[in-house]
Amino acid sequence: MTICITSQGKERTSRVDPRFGRCSYFCFYDTDADEYTFEKNEFAGGVGGVGVRSGELLGQKGAKVVLTGQVGPNAYRTLEAAGLEIYPNADGTIEEAVAAFLSGQYSKTSGPTGPARHA
Amino acid sequence: MTIAVASGKGGTGKTTVAVGLALALEEEVQLLDCDVEEPNSHLFLPIDEVRSTEHTIPMPRVQNDLCTGCGKCSQFCEFNALALLKDRVLVFDNLCHGCGGCTIICPENAIHEEDRATGKIVFGRSGHIEHIYGDLNTGEPMAPPLIREVKRHITGEKPVILDSPPGTTCPMVTAVKDSDFCLLVTENTPFGLHDLEMAIEVLSDMKIPMGVVINRSDIGKSDVREFCRQKQIPVLLEIPYSRRIAEKYAVGTSIVEAEPQYRELFADMYRKIKQRADGRKA
Repeated sequence: MTICITSQGKERTSRVDPRFGRCSYFCFYDTDADEYTFEKNEFAGGVGGVGVRSGELLGQKGAKVVLTGQVGPNAYRTLEAAGLEIYPNADGTIEEAVAAFLSGQYSKTSGPTGPARHA
Repeated sequence: MTIAVASGKGGTGKTTVAVGLALALEEEVQLLDCDVEEPNSHLFLPIDEVRSTEHTIPMPRVQNDLCTGCGKCSQFCEFNALALLKDRVLVFDNLCHGCGGCTIICPENAIHEEDRATGKIVFGRSGHIEHIYGDLNTGEPMAPPLIREVKRHITGEKPVILDSPPGTTCPMVTAVKDSDFCLLVTENTPFGLHDLEMAIEVLSDMKIPMGVVINRSDIGKSDVREFCRQKQIPVLLEIPYSRRIAEKYAVGTSIVEAEPQYRELFADMYRKIKQRADGRKA
């Protein structure tokens, strides 16, 4: 299974980025291979609808779970339709967030956690 | 000739100036209220012959059984209003500008359009003023298409005074675009000056000639005059604070009725703007 974590940097020790659509990097963690890959978020500086683009990307990457801080309404609708489970309020480093998720410390959201934010 | 009245900061007196200017002209004039999120110029004029039309923009609707998932529609969309998922395309009406590009680009003809109402356009007349304004539906985020539609009613046969939305974002840019001149209404406060600087930057980029009106000009400590001198932008009118203007404004009476001397001051300002605009053309 692929888990996506929004990240402020490109290391496992980077901190979770609290913004979903406008995060600096996406970290994809493959739970089977225990492998982390990082991808720069090319949409971060867009004017509007950034959550849609980021959500679309995660769907295309085949991620099943996203760990992040907050998700806006456009991002939520995209992620939900793409079949991802969304766990908000993640924090700490990427590795800490993954460990917290795997040990069941985070809870899923069934709606957006905040309003859409423009650039 | 089209004169846009804009401001940067809100609440500086755009509508006061736009309505005053329209009333001060002795010829037929079109007054367009393009501040569609909060149109208010009609509150200061007795308006007859009112009629309105609904304004809609086309929204894409995707037939997912025809869609092959090529993603061309989503890639084309400048406004991120389409998301390509594995089994379908999601449409975000709140982000869509109704440009129609996705419908044209779809190789499978899987997209058709449905009209979505965003507001209405209201037409009326007040003496020599032909008054047109846009009224955006409450909660509707998409102002520019309605503003463009209001501006489509510019005939070009008579002068146009255009009341712009505040700020320096898409609605303001859409409103002032193609104007021959833009009056920037400001005040001598830090916010007034700050937002004036941004508005001047936008208009300079758009190559629209401009002039400044300082409202409540005897209040505040920022140096708008000095700033305008440095930028070589003419201050065309100063309106000192007047309780009478404010009281009359509060009950829907225009500045030229509250303080009749402004009729001539506005008419004079119009002549100056016209000379500048004609000078540019010549």
